[in-house]
Amino acid sequence: MIGYILFGLVALVAIVSAVGMLLSTNAIHAALFLVINLICIALFYLGLNAPFLAMVQITVYAGAIMVLFLFVIMLLGAEQVTLKSQLKWQAPLAIVLAVVMIAATFLLFFNVQASGGLSPLAPISEDPRQTETFGSPYAVGEVLFGAYLLPFEMTGVLLLVAMIGAIILTRNEAGGMRDEQRAASNE
Amino acid sequence: MIDFLTLTIEAAIKAALMILSLLTGFAYTTLLERRFIARIQQRVGPNRAGPWGLLQPAADGIKVIFKEDIIPNGADKVIFTLAPALTAIPALIILAVVPLGGDVNVFGYRTSLALTSTNVGVLYILAVTSISVYGITLAGWSSANKYAMLGGLRSTAQMISYELAMGLSILAPVMVVGSMSLADIIDAQKNVWLVVYQPIAGLIFIITMYAETNRAPFDLPEAEQELTAGFHTEYSGMKFAAFYMAEYMKMIGVSVIAATLFFGGYRLFGLENLLGGWMGPVILIGKVMLSLLLFVWIRATLPRFRYDRLMDFGWKVLLPIALANAAITAVLVVLDPWWYRLI
Repeated sequence: MIGYILFGLVALVAIVSAVGMLLSTNAIHAALFLVINLICIALFYLGLNAPFLAMVQITVYAGAIMVLFLFVIMLLGAEQVTLKSQLKWQAPLAIVLAVVMIAATFLLFFNVQASGGLSPLAPISEDPRQTETFGSPYAVGEVLFGAYLLPFEMTGVLLLVAMIGAIILTRNEAGGMRDEQRAASNE
Repeated sequence: MIDFLTLTIEAAIKAALMILSLLTGFAYTTLLERRFIARIQQRVGPNRAGPWGLLQPAADGIKVIFKEDIIPNGADKVIFTLAPALTAIPALIILAVVPLGGDVNVFGYRTSLALTSTNVGVLYILAVTSISVYGITLAGWSSANKYAMLGGLRSTAQMISYELAMGLSILAPVMVVGSMSLADIIDAQKNVWLVVYQPIAGLIFIITMYAETNRAPFDLPEAEQELTAGFHTEYSGMKFAAFYMAEYMKMIGVSVIAATLFFGGYRLFGLENLLGGWMGPVILIGKVMLSLLLFVWIRATLPRFRYDRLMDFGWKVLLPIALANAAITAVLVVLDPWWYRLI
C-alpha cells in the first residue's frame, strides 16, 4: 500500500517535470526539469530493490552529464530557445511515435498478464527473482563481467576512442600546435 | 504496518538528531575557525558575546535573520531563491549512510547509531557529491552578475575535475575491504587503519576534499581579489548565511567520511565500546575536530592556487596518480601477496 502511494507521488513528479522540460523556453530551466526527472527514475530503481543502479543513475546522469549540459549552456549563453522550429514535420511525427509507444507499452502490459506471468501491478516482494543479493553491487558485477563481458569491454573501448577523439579535436586548432608551442614559436 | 511505523519513527528521530547536531556543529565550527585563525595571526578573535565568545554564533544568527533580503533586478528569481537550498541539502544528507557509532541502548531499546545501512554506501556518497555542484553553479548563473557567473563556472569546473580523483581514491579502500558498505569498511579497520594500507589514496582524498568544499587553497570560486565574492556576490541575509552553512557542514561531512574511510571511523583500539557504546561518537567527534583544525590551519597558512595550475594539478597530477594507485591496488588484491597481508 505504502509502496503504491510512494510510486504514485514519484510518478506524478516525473510526469510534471517531463512536461515542464518540454514546455520551458529557458534552456537552463529545461535542463533542471530533466535533472528532476532523472532523479525520479533513480527513485523508481530504489523502489525496485536496485540501490546500485539508483546510485549510478544519480551519479552519472543527474550528476556528471547534466552538469556538463548546464556548463555548456552557460558558457555559450544559449539560455533562450527560439520557439520557431526549422523542422515543421517534426511535431506530427513525434505525436504519431508517442501514440505507438504508449500502445506498445499497454500491449506488453496486458500480454504478460494474459500469458499467466506475474501481474505488473503485483508487489515487488512477490517476484520470484527477488533474492537476497538481487541488485547488489556483487550481483551486478557478476553479470557485467560474466554474461555480458564482450559488450562491456567493447563499450569501454568505444568510450576510450571517443575520449581520444575529443582530445585530438581540441588540440588540432591552429595547425596542430598547442598553446605553449605557439607561444614558444612566437618568441 | 506496526513494524513500518516504528521503523519510520526511529528513522525520523535519528534524522532530526543528525540535522540538529550538524547545525550545531556548523555554528561552532565558525567560532572555532575565527578563534583559531585569530591565534595564528596573533589577534584575539571574537570574545565579547558570552564566556570565551561562546554565544557569538547565536549573535551572528540573530543579526543575519534581520538583514534585508535583496534579489537583484535581472536575476532569475526562482532559481536565485532555490540555489542556497540546493547547496545546503546535499551537505545535510551526505552523512545518512555513515555509521556514527556501534549499537547502543536507549531506554532499553537496542538501536544502531547509523541512520541507515546500505550495501552501496560509498556510491551514495559519490552520488550526493556529484549533485552538490548544482547549488553554487546556479547561484552564479541566476545572479545576473559577471563575477558571480565566473565564480559559478570556476566552481563547476573545479568540482568536476577533482571529483574524478576523489572517486578513484575512494575506490582503493573499497577494493581492499571488498565491500561498499561503510559499516564493513569500519569493521575492517578494527586493528589497522586503512590509511596504512592506502597512504596514497588517503593523501589524494584529503587533497580533493579541500577542493570539493571550495576551501583554501582551492577557494577560487570566491577569490575576493578578482571576483568580489564570487558566486555569492549578490546574496544577502539568510540566503547568504545558507551558503556559509553549506560550506561548514560540507567540511564536517567530508571530515567524517575521511575518518570513516581511512582513519577507523568511530573505532579507536576498542575504546569505542566504553560507556555502553556511547564512546564511539565521542571518538568520531574528536577525529572530526582534528580534521577541522587542519582545514583552518591550511586556510591560514597556504596561499591560493592560480586557476590554470589548479586545473593542471587536478588533471595531470592527482588523476594519473589516483588511477595508477587504483590499478596497483586491484592487482595486489587479486594476487594477495604475503607481505601485503602482513601490514
